[in-house]
Amino acid sequence: MMRKLKPITVNVEALISANKYNVDESNKHIELAAEDLSTLPAEEFGKLVRVCPAALYKERDDGSRSFDYAGCLECGTCRIACEGTILKKWESPQPGMGVMYRFG
Amino acid sequence: MEERDFDIIVIGCGCAGAIAAYVAAKKGKSVLVVERGDFAGAKNMTGGRLYAHSLRSVLDAYSDGEIDWGSIPFERKITHERIAFMDIASAMTVDFTSEELGREYCDSYSVLRGTFDQWLAKTAEEAGCEVICGIAVEALLRDDSGCVYGIRAGEDEITAQVVILSEGANSLLTERCLGAPRPKPSQMAVGIKEVFELPASTIEDRFLCAPDEGAAMLVVGDCTHGYTGGGFLYTNKDSISLGLVATIEHLQEADTTIYQMMDDFKKHPAVAPIIRDAAMVEHSGHMVSEGGYDMVPEYVHDGCLVAGDAAMLCMNLGYQVRGMDLAISSGRFAAEAACAAIDAGDVSASGLAAYRTAMEESFVIQDLKTYRRWPQTMDKWTRMFTEYPTMVREAMNAVFVVDGEPGIPLRKRLWPIAKKRGVFKLIKEVGGALRAL
Repeated sequence: MMRKLKPITVNVEALISANKYNVDESNKHIELAAEDLSTLPAEEFGKLVRVCPAALYKERDDGSRSFDYAGCLECGTCRIACEGTILKKWESPQPGMGVMYRFG
Repeated sequence: MEERDFDIIVIGCGCAGAIAAYVAAKKGKSVLVVERGDFAGAKNMTGGRLYAHSLRSVLDAYSDGEIDWGSIPFERKITHERIAFMDIASAMTVDFTSEELGREYCDSYSVLRGTFDQWLAKTAEEAGCEVICGIAVEALLRDDSGCVYGIRAGEDEITAQVVILSEGANSLLTERCLGAPRPKPSQMAVGIKEVFELPASTIEDRFLCAPDEGAAMLVVGDCTHGYTGGGFLYTNKDSISLGLVATIEHLQEADTTIYQMMDDFKKHPAVAPIIRDAAMVEHSGHMVSEGGYDMVPEYVHDGCLVAGDAAMLCMNLGYQVRGMDLAISSGRFAAEAACAAIDAGDVSASGLAAYRTAMEESFVIQDLKTYRRWPQTMDKWTRMFTEYPTMVREAMNAVFVVDGEPGIPLRKRLWPIAKKRGVFKLIKEVGGALRAL
């Protein structure tokens, strides 16, 4: 049973802005099953919101949703949670693209 | 045997891949390593700590004394082991230090993969391997009989007698080209980590460590808000690695996101002072395989061997987290088996079976088997992450708090704290855990 999320107080965008990225604007390496995110089942989208360490999947208080692959840490956790349900595609970003860990 | 571009192609230049390449090159084979990051380590993240025994054994066997142990870019030698039970506003920490922890072959080191993996890559290159970064392998090439004979990357097809697949925990090729089952959410955890820069002397003061030495810390309880998982902390030379690991199955239904847990963890009164005034310089994420022996996929295929995280070689015992030492040994065994199979002219799965034998006869598979029941035991032991840290807080408060009221004997103070949780249940749970460890 999925539990209701407690208020989120952290701004992950500010945190991942410390990272080095080479964002591939021309290639979405992760795609969801529908362009219109509001049509995706809540149970599945809710999983993505909870597990993604970069907070790429968002659900706001008014119920609106967003997904942005640009800050992806390439961990693959969303793939384990939802490949086969609402995650249609998970490929590694093109060579030289994506996150570049300086510490790791 | 058929003409190929290389004797061996290694996919991924992490611990398993770089060591496999190094060993194969030392055995005189032509080796190509392809790495999807712009440099080795660019896509890798560890907690993390490397138990040194397996790297020492590889260098003993192959380096001809060329590599000075002191030149390896480790962060700090870990001489302090800390385990903490964390309640919402309390923490009980055990801090253990001993001479044995630092003894050769028992020693362990904190590492940052950005620097460590580049050393691994350089070591493989100096042994004669070709390491190409910025190449993403899209598929394995297979002949009519299904035998792997190379890789496809973009327009290029490159062939080899044997492919060693060490692509890491998010094992796309192992699943999509070798048919390994996709790991279940109950078998995988997500790791989230931040690196905090601090002067070396501050780290030594905060952890009471000698220069170049440091601490490893594992935390259970409120750090994951009661969900299966835990916190970790490793001291590096000039930084601290701090993070959480949470099993995906429980996290995906939780009342808190992984990044909010991380933020709460950083603000916990037992953690905040450790990173006080430190600049956060990287926020990273990576998966960890936690299913143990039962999730290890078939790792010997016709023309292809799977090593390291891609073979799900990882152990999280709660007080000990290991992956890189297993990766290093598996890379070595894969290379040794591949070289012998090439020499014998049979790179089929049966020709490569020496890899399985070496793995099964070594600590890699034996340790995974010994602790085979632990992942499920831990997964079911939900009170370990909720009730136990609270019970520890209550018990420690009963021991240490003096409020001026007339006291009652300690046993009478402690008994109700245990009784509330069911004494027999506690005994059963702890006993069950000890049997799985």
